[in-house]
Amino acid sequence: MKRRGLFLLQLGFTLFVCAFLIVPMILSIMAGLTVNYFVGIESGLTVRWVMEVWNGYRDTIFLSIGLSLACLAATLVLGIPAAYVLAKRQTALTRAIEELLVMPVAVPGLATALALIVTYGTLSGFRTSWAFILVGHVLFTLPFMVRSVLAVLMAIDLKTLEEGAASLGAGFWERFRDIVLPNCRQGILAGSLMVVTLSMGEFNMTWLLHTPFTKTLPVGLADAYASLRLEIGSAYTLVFFVMIMPLLLAMQAFAKPRPAKFVAEETE
Amino acid sequence: MTDTGKPVSIALANCAKTFADGTKALEPLDLAIHAGETVVFLGPSGCGKTTTLRIIAGLEEPDAGGKVLFDGVDVTHLPIEQRNVGMVFQSYALFPNMTVAGNVGYGLRIRKVPDAQVKARVSEMLAMMQITRLADRRIDQLSGGQRQRVALARAIAVRPRALLLDEPLTALDAKLRDTLRLDIDSLLRSLGITAIYVTHDQAEAMALGDRIVVMEHGRVAQIGKPREIYQQPATRFVADFIGTMNRLTGATDGGVFRCKAGIVPWSEAPATATEILFRPEDIRVAESGETANLQGKVASAFFLGDRTRLFVDVGEERPLVIESTARRDFQHGEAVGLAIDPRGLLVL
Repeated sequence: MKRRGLFLLQLGFTLFVCAFLIVPMILSIMAGLTVNYFVGIESGLTVRWVMEVWNGYRDTIFLSIGLSLACLAATLVLGIPAAYVLAKRQTALTRAIEELLVMPVAVPGLATALALIVTYGTLSGFRTSWAFILVGHVLFTLPFMVRSVLAVLMAIDLKTLEEGAASLGAGFWERFRDIVLPNCRQGILAGSLMVVTLSMGEFNMTWLLHTPFTKTLPVGLADAYASLRLEIGSAYTLVFFVMIMPLLLAMQAFAKPRPAKFVAEETE
Repeated sequence: MTDTGKPVSIALANCAKTFADGTKALEPLDLAIHAGETVVFLGPSGCGKTTTLRIIAGLEEPDAGGKVLFDGVDVTHLPIEQRNVGMVFQSYALFPNMTVAGNVGYGLRIRKVPDAQVKARVSEMLAMMQITRLADRRIDQLSGGQRQRVALARAIAVRPRALLLDEPLTALDAKLRDTLRLDIDSLLRSLGITAIYVTHDQAEAMALGDRIVVMEHGRVAQIGKPREIYQQPATRFVADFIGTMNRLTGATDGGVFRCKAGIVPWSEAPATATEILFRPEDIRVAESGETANLQGKVASAFFLGDRTRLFVDVGEERPLVIESTARRDFQHGEAVGLAIDPRGLLVL
């Protein structure tokens, strides 16, 4: 009886916390679909606000998608080889580099952005292009790719696997293609989803780095909140949810660890 | 049974290895391995046996001045992927991203062997290792014993010039080790391949090796056939590392060796000997009426089924180990007379 009471108490608390987080989301989504938020749901439901967001801000959506994919490409090209080297050479230097890589995550995005502007702001062609934002995003997301791939590489016995492949005649590139890449697929996938999600939602840095012609989705969102009616801002949030939720769900699915299996010896 | 490449003779000349941190893993070593021979490197961990194997494999380069020769050709600076050697690792090193058949065929695919031939060779290998039914399994669906069979099949599939095995049975439990050891033995004999086998297990070394290289602290302590190593150990280290060795301390006195527990008749005893060594099978509990050389007290007795292992206190630092097949119990503290066969006595 006592245990049942405790269970109910825990269940209640969990539901309360969930409600605390989920209710604002639902309200926000409803606001984006309501004709007049101040009148309430009686005013009726509409997709008018969503359409207005689409018409006014679809460029920011495309820019954000393009930016996050470019960011993904850059972190794959830079991050996987970096993780490979860090996994293969465990020295004081590589460990220091591993720690330094996390700096852009620890330092506030605004500070990183300011540093970029101070350094490269005078290169006008670069400053006004979306590539400028891309640099910021790559700086910010690269550690997530490296860490994610590195974690998988450290968990498998990479050295022996590569030695095994080498003994069978595989040269460096063959080993990298056939052994290293396929075996860190989980880490690459998890890292990729993380990078795309983070790049898509990045605001701090982007807010400083953007120009009126290079607005990303979150910057547009801030714009909409600040200057347009609440329903449009909320509809914008809804669009953002629709884009980011599948990524988050996929990330959860890939993050699940595969349970280690024990296979008993068979008697012959 | 199945063809492999022509077996090579392997020679190491002046091969030493110092690691980047300054640790000396291997003192300069010269070694000749005949084509088709199975040589076992035996020794405790850190003795340099795995380093030697890795130098032969091409996974490590010897220090400047060292040379590795395959059939007289210098391969010292050839990386492992160009040496055509098969390698089996303690941790299996199977590729988790491929099936069993994928693993076994990998070396052939790297060599651009046509698909049909790869397939045929893979089934041949799987049949040889009796794992045909596992062909489509993933590696994490295999037991340890099955994994090592796959690893062997994979190493042999490419018809290597030599097979290098680095403690292949260490990760397996005792019973399975025995089964696989038998399989490896018949495999090596039927292939006639040059094989180098690294282990710290002397029973494995004795069973598999045509010759055993006993190593200690980066040096070769003794090279010889298993029987030579066992019966005529060159050093105290070899004597202690291989099998069990009993020792008695005392002094030679005109054709006999006197120790605390009695007198051992030994006409060939060197005059300066202060310690004699012998194996458990060269001493037995004297039956009633038989002359006992030594007197001792049973310190422990372990009934093993086919025999009883006795530890008999004879006033030495360590009790003597004696195996008795007598059909009787031994009591703790029981006084026993012991008879020694002088043919088994050694001085080192």
